[in-house]
Amino acid sequence: MTPWLMAGLLFTPLAWAVLTLFPAFRLGRVLTRLGILAQFLVAAGLWMTVAQDGGFYYPLGGWKAPLGIELRVDGLAVTFVVLTAVVACACGWHAGDYLSPETGRHRYFWPLFWFLWAGLNGVWLGADLFNLYVGLELISLCSVGLVALAGNVGALRAAIRYLLAALLGSLAYLLGVALIYGQFGSLSLAGIQALVASAESFPGAGVGLFIMILGLALKTALFPLHGWLPPAHGIAKSPVSALLSALVVKASFYIAARLWLALGEELGSFVLAQAVGVAGALAVILGSWLAFCQSRLKQVVAYSSVAQIGYLFLLFPLTFGVPDSVVQLAQQGIALQVISHALAKAAMFLAAGNLILSVGSNRVEALAGVSRFLPFSLFSFALAGVSLMGLPPSGGFTAKWLLLQASLASGQWWWLAVLLLGGLLSAAYVFRIYRASFVESRGQDQFYHPPRVLEAIPMMLALMSLCLGFVSEPVLAVMSLPFEEGG
Amino acid sequence: MSVSLLYAFAGVALCAMGGLGFTVLEHLLRKLLAFNLMGSGVFLVLVGLAQHRGVPDPVPQAMVLTGIVVTIAATALAVVLMRRYYHLSGQTGLVVCEERKEPME
Repeated sequence: MTPWLMAGLLFTPLAWAVLTLFPAFRLGRVLTRLGILAQFLVAAGLWMTVAQDGGFYYPLGGWKAPLGIELRVDGLAVTFVVLTAVVACACGWHAGDYLSPETGRHRYFWPLFWFLWAGLNGVWLGADLFNLYVGLELISLCSVGLVALAGNVGALRAAIRYLLAALLGSLAYLLGVALIYGQFGSLSLAGIQALVASAESFPGAGVGLFIMILGLALKTALFPLHGWLPPAHGIAKSPVSALLSALVVKASFYIAARLWLALGEELGSFVLAQAVGVAGALAVILGSWLAFCQSRLKQVVAYSSVAQIGYLFLLFPLTFGVPDSVVQLAQQGIALQVISHALAKAAMFLAAGNLILSVGSNRVEALAGVSRFLPFSLFSFALAGVSLMGLPPSGGFTAKWLLLQASLASGQWWWLAVLLLGGLLSAAYVFRIYRASFVESRGQDQFYHPPRVLEAIPMMLALMSLCLGFVSEPVLAVMSLPFEEGG
Repeated sequence: MSVSLLYAFAGVALCAMGGLGFTVLEHLLRKLLAFNLMGSGVFLVLVGLAQHRGVPDPVPQAMVLTGIVVTIAATALAVVLMRRYYHLSGQTGLVVCEERKEPME
């Protein structure tokens, strides 16, 4: 059973990417919808397998590491595989109706979408540093292609800027891998962790870890390296923005977090942990403020991503030099933040796309009157906003509550201010959109009404992120499943 | 200092040069060349550092081969995007002179 699931998880997206390379948009849409269903079943099956029997290592094609690719299937990885399936399923389905089949280049959405999915699954399951690099590059190249799909000069400029930032980040990561490999002669994360714990000091490896985290921070758009994100996410087609904000930036963060949790205690330092935390805090506050100042709707949502990414980097100070129970709390909080932000931000971008489609302009003031004629999409937008603000019962609330407890328990009370201020500021930018849409300027309905399915998908995502608070207990239970070494 | 370590240091120097060019240069193609220089530097570090134990190690060579493939793919994508960008805007750099009104989405 397991070989089939693993093959399905990585082989299906690659096979579908090749399948959808040549057909026209409509045929690609049919094929993709079939593939999405298959992929969803596989992800759910794997999740159930892990929930029953615990995690395991899986050598792909029977080839053992170091020359083969070994996959690490544990609770956290499989949770992200399912999250990817949910979000990609929603975005792919939405894109099928959102993108116009008449524009020729839109048919390339399908292969790029599938390659992206393959890369994401590869990163969640990767067990060694180099395959994580390959996964990251696959993700970056597809994302850049997806941004460029919009086709105009602005989109191309954003895509090139994104590509250059992503390439620089990847090379920095690879340089770090080279230093680490030169020091330890191993690529497997677990192997390096064991080596680090067993021996004395490693001067080169600390530098390697620092360079890797720097590169990954650039790819995750951590403040002040966030310059490429708002243009790229703001100008891409809405389903693409949703995919990029919800999943793609999380992939590089996931690698940074795995590195830090495995090696940070020995190779990192208090200063590095606090510096990353401060950058995250600045991202939360300045990102929210910049989101409040934007005049275009999707730029508001894009800057909100910069802010929400900032919370994730609080993981670094909250897991350095603290008791294991605090590390556990912080990890759970961050993982929930990743999930709830992914669901909420995907919902928000898709809903914003509907709003832009119906008012015919991407400016915030143009939303006047939309509340009366398009309440459903606006309501999805607001529900997603509730999760971003961190109000109960949303997943965002549970995540921030866990982070709050972790910062109190570790004695680093200064992060409390960030959590509280960030919530308030995000309320400010969400309510600004709401205020603009309740202005009554036009008497009659002049809006284009998008098809029902386009409105239903963001609503489902927003409800999921809202209800995450209720089901966080079982989700966290699977995430922290004991991991059988070498199983 | 062994010969392999010399390779590693040369790689670091290449990397630094490439990194400097990448951040300072304005022209997109120059940026791309700087990126490729940086990539070569990283590969040199990868092979050089790993070989200095004296035994031949196949793993970094496999990594470098894969890395070269990835870099070629990235370079190809960048060239295509830059060419299209040049055709549409007539510009060779990313800096915009005056903020033009962007079309919807």
